[in-house]
This record gives sequence, structure tokens and C-alpha cells, in this order.
Amino acid sequence: MPLYVLKRVGLALVTLVLLSLIIFFAGQVLPGNAGRAILGPFASQQAVIALDHKLGVDRPLIVQYWSWATGILRGNLGMSYQQQAPVSSFIFPYIGRSLKLAAFAFVIVVPLSILGGIIAALNRGRAVDRILSTTSLSLSTVPEFVSGVVLIVVFALGFKVLPVSANAPPGSSFITQLKYLILPAIPLVFILFGYIARMARAGTIEALDSDYVRTATLKGLPRWVVIRRHVLRNSLLPTITVIATQTGYLIGGLVVVEKLFVYPGIGTLIINAANDKDFPTLEAGVLFIGMVYLAATLIADVIYTVLNPRIRLGKAE
Amino acid sequence: MSEHIDPAAAPVTSRATSDPAGTLTAGAAGALDVSVGRVRREQLHQLVRSKAFIVGSVILLWWIVCAIFGASFAPYNATTANILNTQLAPSAAHWFGTNDVGEDVLSRVIVGARDILEIAPLATLLGTVLGTTIGLAQGYLRGAFDMLVGRIVDAALSLPIVIVAFLFVVAVGASTITLIVVIGFVFSLIIARTVRTAVLQERELDYLAAARLRDESVPHVMFVEILPNVLGPILVEFTVRLGYAIFTIATLSFLGFGVQLPTPDWGADIAINSNYLAAGYWWETLFPALAIASLVIAINLIGDSIEAVLIQ
Repeated sequence: MPLYVLKRVGLALVTLVLLSLIIFFAGQVLPGNAGRAILGPFASQQAVIALDHKLGVDRPLIVQYWSWATGILRGNLGMSYQQQAPVSSFIFPYIGRSLKLAAFAFVIVVPLSILGGIIAALNRGRAVDRILSTTSLSLSTVPEFVSGVVLIVVFALGFKVLPVSANAPPGSSFITQLKYLILPAIPLVFILFGYIARMARAGTIEALDSDYVRTATLKGLPRWVVIRRHVLRNSLLPTITVIATQTGYLIGGLVVVEKLFVYPGIGTLIINAANDKDFPTLEAGVLFIGMVYLAATLIADVIYTVLNPRIRLGKAE
Repeated sequence: MSEHIDPAAAPVTSRATSDPAGTLTAGAAGALDVSVGRVRREQLHQLVRSKAFIVGSVILLWWIVCAIFGASFAPYNATTANILNTQLAPSAAHWFGTNDVGEDVLSRVIVGARDILEIAPLATLLGTVLGTTIGLAQGYLRGAFDMLVGRIVDAALSLPIVIVAFLFVVAVGASTITLIVVIGFVFSLIIARTVRTAVLQERELDYLAAARLRDESVPHVMFVEILPNVLGPILVEFTVRLGYAIFTIATLSFLGFGVQLPTPDWGADIAINSNYLAAGYWWETLFPALAIASLVIAINLIGDSIEAVLIQ
């Protein structure tokens, strides 16, 4: 088992290096001349060359990648072109606000979607199942900003029960802050609900069809005991993996939701950096999203291994 | 890809055991065509009877009509600003109201179908062709190539698709061609994964052993022997990806890196008009949003029913 975890960590590190190469390629190589991009088409050639030299983008690509990558390992995320300050000096509050919104959506969606999946599975083929499955699937295919717009129009403008923006007035209480985060969180919940509920439903149905559940029912255990002790323990295992992989997408969906609700998180930071052609900030933000995703999948794999006695006690591979 | 069996090269044993009548490929392909043809007709009947498929098709057809002929039946010119008629609420003259520069929202919604319905299918097609080729090569060749591509796919997919596409569109600048190429390329990685899995299942089957014994060239085996047998999953993947392509394009437009103004576009319109939501001007944002939702849901209804019919 430790060998498996070690192997898994190694694989994640290889993926991370490749990911950093992709981001570096997109952020540093494709945009062409950084100095020209910043100074605009009317700047003199000397000024562009001087700025290129100052930014270090006139060095060979390998050297640039090496200093960028090793810099990140030392906590140096690069200098923001726009802010004229180290990216690490301002990025963390943005990350913090995004994590707050993501965590809130997560806390809502996980119990809700697992419950939805189980209810659908227990009513397999009936109207409840069909309605739950179709609605959740439709909701998860609609972009976050589309459902967000509908929610704003209905709940903020129509019923006037929730605020339009995500930003609570400074100094407001925790509960008030949460109230401002409800509308932005729901589009994220919509996207994730479908995936997690579908997985929970499939797992529950598989467990319901198993021999051990039939045995448990036949030996006279009450239905809810069968469900709690025999069905759920087995059905939720694959769901955990899906929840973790979806965490990465949750962070991605934030970009869109933050723009719609004008919420100063990592997504807003990335979009602004993209508009300003501030590639160091953009790269740092995107790399952060990738790292969250990789960490989430890694944790999911490890949890799965630890919880599943068939893998834990069996031979590795 | 025109190589057919060379009688001299074809090993006698394989012919004797599996195909006494000779012309192995022609015979096998003929039989396959007949069965595939019959199944397809039955499946088509089943598809046409499915309610989800009909609803999805009707909505999609409406948007296709809007994309092609929209400009000719839209009530107003979609890009004619009118500073005397800004931010008008929906009325008999303007069913969906007007926006901040006085353009008719209904007309913009109708004409706005064009770009997304042009880019999404092209990007998906590019992704499917490219992804199928990569996946076939990965699954059939295996080895170092499979490993290397697999790692790159994993790395690229460790970011949400929208973010990957966003990163590249920002780097090279937004244009219709950029969107098609970037989304097509990103999708090809996902499609390659699906095709690879399907190919791995085919790999151990007898017809491939036979093809190998006949010494067929690698492209011939990949595209003539394997491809027809993995078309099902590829078709399903295509419809699923088409839905995601629309999702991705709309999102990129919303983020400001898709179709550029003043071209009417649902995502871009929502991005601009949502600034006026707090002031109560809901129509100019809500109607493009509903348009995107209806298109995405329609494509998913079609995709789901195709999948239900194909995978039984």
C-alpha cells in the first residue's frame, strides 16, 4: 500500500511538471514578444529591447523555464507586469476568497447530491428517479453564468430576497457574508450536483443488486438497516473519487461565477491578468488551479485505497 | 490506405482457418456492412420515436434556422444602435426589450446563434478527427508513444477545459479560427482517451490478429480494420463534445475571449449587459442566457438519446 501511494505521488509530480511546461508554453512562448505586448505598437524598438532584457524574456527558453520553475519552488511566483510587484505579495487574499466561496458550495453540494443520488436509486425507474436524473443532468450542462443570470433575475430582482453582488459590506458578520455567497454558490452546486448524484445513484444501485444485500434482506433485517449498513458503505466509495475530481472543476467554475458576481477571487485575478497581458500573474493563477486539482485527485486516490479493504488488504496491482 | 491483401504475403494458415473462400478483408467487410446497415435502420427508427430526441432536434433546428436565415427575419437590424431607445423594457415593439445602446435584444438573440453554431461543430469535428487518430495510434501502437501522449493528456486535463482553452486563446489572441483550433485541440485529448480505451478492447480480437498476420500496414489496420468497429463510441463522444463545445465557447465569450463585439453573441452580450442587472435591466441579460440554456439542453437531449440507442 505505501508503495502504491508513493507511486501515485510520483505520477502526480510528473503530471505537475508537464502541466507547468504547458502553462509556461502558453504564457511565455505563444504570446510572442512580452515587451511589445506591454508597451504597445507605438513604443520604440529600443524601449522594447530594454524592457525584454529587464523582464529576462530575451534569454533562451530553457533558461527562462528553469528560472521560472525553480522560482516557484522557492515561493517566488514572478513579478507582475501590471502591479510592478511580486505576484506572491498579492495573490493569497484572492485565493482565500475563492476558497471561501468554493468551500461554501462544496458544503452545500456534497450532502445534497449524495442524498439525491440515493433517493433516485431507491426509487429506480419511478417518476422521482426520472425527474431527479433529468433535472440534475440538464442543470450540469448549462454554463454557470447562464444559471447564475436566471438566479439573479428570479431571486435578487424578482423576489428581492438575496443581494445581486457577492460582496458583503466590509465588517459584516459571518452570517451576512454567507448570505451574499448563496447566489454565487448555487450555479457551482448545479454543475456538481449532476455528476456526484449520478455516481451515488449508480453505486447505490450496484450495491442494491448485490448478493450480500439480498442475503441481508432475506435474513430479515429492517430495510433502513440494510441500506445504512450494507448499501451505503459500498455505494459511497466510488462517489468519493468523483467528489474529489470535481473539486478541481469547482475551482475552474469559480472563474466564471466570480466575473458574473464581481467577486474578487482568483478567477477575477486571472481574467484581469489576461486582459492586461500580465502573464506571470496569469500563469501563477492557472498553476494554482492545476495544483488544487492534482492534489484533490491524489487525495481521492489515497482515500479510496485506505477505505477500500479490497485494495488495502489485497496485493498492490 | 488502398493496400489490399497481397495473396503471396497472406499466410496460408490464417486464411485456411478463418476464411476458406479467400479475400478475407472483402468478405469480412461485406458481412459487417450488411449487419451494420440493418442495425442502423432499426436504431434510427428507435431514435425517431424517442421524445427527448424530437424535442432536442426541434430546438436545435430552430437555432440552425436562426443561424442561417436569422438576419432576414429578425425584426430589426441586430447591430443598429438607437440612442433614443436605450434600455426599453419588453413591449409589443421590442418583444425582448432593447439594450444599453438601443439595439433590439430579440434580433440580437436570433442573429447571435450564428457564430456559436459555426464554431462549435467545426471545433468538435476537428477534435474528433484529431482525437480519433491519436487514440487509434495510442491504442494500437502502445509502448512509449502511448505512455508519452497519455501523460500529456493527463497534464492538460488536470485543468478544467475552459481554463486550458482560455489560457491558449489569451496567448494567441481571440478569433474564430483560434477558437476552433484551440477547442478542437483540447477536445482531441479527451476524445483520444475514449478512442484509446475502445481500441484496447478491440486489440485482442481475431480480426486484428488476422490483419497482423497478413502484414497489413499500420495505417490500414488503424483506419480500415479498427475504425469501423469503434465508430459507436466516437459518435457518442462527438455529440457529448458538441454540447461541451457550446458550453466552452459561450463561457469564453462571456469571459471576453470569444466572439468579439459588435458581432451579436449570447455570451458576450451577457457579459456586457450583466453590468446593468443590478439596475433592474434584466431582459437584455436573461434572454441570451435562456438561448444558451435551450441550445445546450437540446444538444444534450439529442446526445443522450443517441447514446441510449447505440449502447444497449
